[in-house]
Amino acid sequence: MDNFILIDKLVCGYKTGFRLQGISTQISRGSFTGIVGPNGSGKTTLFKAITGEIAIMSGNILLDKHNISDMTSKQKAQKMAIVTQNTEIADMSVEDYVLLGRMPYKKHFQLIDKEKDVEIARKYMKLTGVLKYKDNLMNELSGGEQQLAAIARALTQEPDVLLLDEPTSFLDISHQVQILNLIQNLNESMSLTVLMIIHDLNLASEYCDYLLMMSNGSIYTEGTPEKVLNYQHIEDVYNTVVFTQQNPLSKKPAIFLVSEKLYKSAGKNL
Amino acid sequence: MKNKHLRRVVWITLLLILLAGVMLLALAVGETSFSILELVRILKSKSGMEYSIVYNIRLPRILLGLATGGALSLSGALLQGIYRNPLVEPYTLGISGGAALGVAVTIVFGLDLSLGTYLLPFSGFAGALAVVFLVYFLAIGRSNFNINRMLLIGVMISFMASSAMMLLMAITSAENLHSIIYWIMGSLDEPDMILIRTALISSVAGLVISYLFANQLNALRLGVTRAKHLGVNTDLTIRILFIIASLLTGICVSIVGVIGFVGLIIPHLMRLLIGSDYRILLLTSFIGGSIFVIACDLVSRTIIAPNELPIGVITGMVGGLVFIVVLSRSKFKIQ
Repeated sequence: MDNFILIDKLVCGYKTGFRLQGISTQISRGSFTGIVGPNGSGKTTLFKAITGEIAIMSGNILLDKHNISDMTSKQKAQKMAIVTQNTEIADMSVEDYVLLGRMPYKKHFQLIDKEKDVEIARKYMKLTGVLKYKDNLMNELSGGEQQLAAIARALTQEPDVLLLDEPTSFLDISHQVQILNLIQNLNESMSLTVLMIIHDLNLASEYCDYLLMMSNGSIYTEGTPEKVLNYQHIEDVYNTVVFTQQNPLSKKPAIFLVSEKLYKSAGKNL
Repeated sequence: MKNKHLRRVVWITLLLILLAGVMLLALAVGETSFSILELVRILKSKSGMEYSIVYNIRLPRILLGLATGGALSLSGALLQGIYRNPLVEPYTLGISGGAALGVAVTIVFGLDLSLGTYLLPFSGFAGALAVVFLVYFLAIGRSNFNINRMLLIGVMISFMASSAMMLLMAITSAENLHSIIYWIMGSLDEPDMILIRTALISSVAGLVISYLFANQLNALRLGVTRAKHLGVNTDLTIRILFIIASLLTGICVSIVGVIGFVGLIIPHLMRLLIGSDYRILLLTSFIGGSIFVIACDLVSRTIIAPNELPIGVITGMVGGLVFIVVLSRSKFKIQ
């Protein structure tokens, strides 16, 4: 697999505060990569550097061999689509919201949606299961349904890479699994490259095929979930005692938290 | 999708019919009223007192109402779109305050009268322009501007202009004070066709240019960051739309004075009735604003005829009342 996103000695952040410390890594085309790490480790800063929300101080990010700093907003939006934690609630219909995904392809004065654009939007609304809500207002949908609509909107951009910033944070386990199953299916069936910030290490382990574990503005370690999610790494980066085991079904690492009370009572047996 | 388009076409047709009806009514009704048949006869005659009333007095007022009502409402829709704040209107950013201050300075200090009838509109526009430049360079001229900072600077400049106005009004003569208050209250009584043409051309040009950004405004409904993610050059869009809205407001205020509530109420009313999609909202706001101002002017000049009420009184009272009724009956929420 070739490198779809290449990050080379990236330094970026905030003038007086946190900075990424010269990060280098690569995201393979068609991979499902998760960015994990504690709060303040640099996950969102890295994400924002890739999406172009914060300026790069030094180093480069290449997206499909093009330097991201040289790309226009429109060019970037044709290559990558972004889904954030919670969808901004708007008084627009689900179909109008999803059709905004065709924005990067629209010309000035294109005041009526093309038949082709409507077809593309409906295809992805059907795929994500929100076609039945197409005439509903976005703010009439539940949080999970709004996230599904956001994914439909992102897919309507017909991107090569889908960037997700904690897409399941505010959802119950049923919707978490529903959304991650959908993303996994898209990754496999459409060879869509996925890069996702995710807090839940068990979900990261089950769904991602590659993980970047971040700590203090650097990549602490990266690789397969089996390589990254061992208890030493997790305890070191999160400063928290955990217990890891292999999921008997998926054979992926499963992480169990250890409370202070249990830790004290179990003592050296842990 | 086809139903949606059909619904929009029906609404625009209805609004255009309503606009034509209000224009015709405003042409026919006044201190001296005419029937439609009489109106046709008068317009055909092309001479006489009645022709002069209809053609030289009422028609210019109607055209000015069409232009300023449309432009103020369009400015409100644009500003609410770029700020994503439902309470923003053309006067929030101090543009009217700047225009009023420009006029007050001219009246109080008895500045050069060589411009004749254009003196007050010119000084009003200069004041409005000064505020636009101040807000632009203090807030959005920066490479990395913040939309809330821009709003706050505008509001602060508005307060400063109001204070300066009060200072001038406190120290000036009763005669000057009367002139300032009369100007501030706003009126469509403007006999100069050059100013009316300027208002008409600039408002239509503003509408056409705004339509270049209708899709971008729709994306901005999700917020600046998400609009950027959709490929919108948000900085450029906000800058251009801010300048269009400001210039339109400046031109309107400098010609007709301060006519409040149009830019606040009409875009919201159109959102509630027809929807928030900017591809339709810009046009419906424009037509709605025109209808509203022409109708309010008709009321202001007939309700206590032969005297005339300030149009701002009518726009505030009628607009507020209609808006509250529609809002309380609507299932939609304002964002």
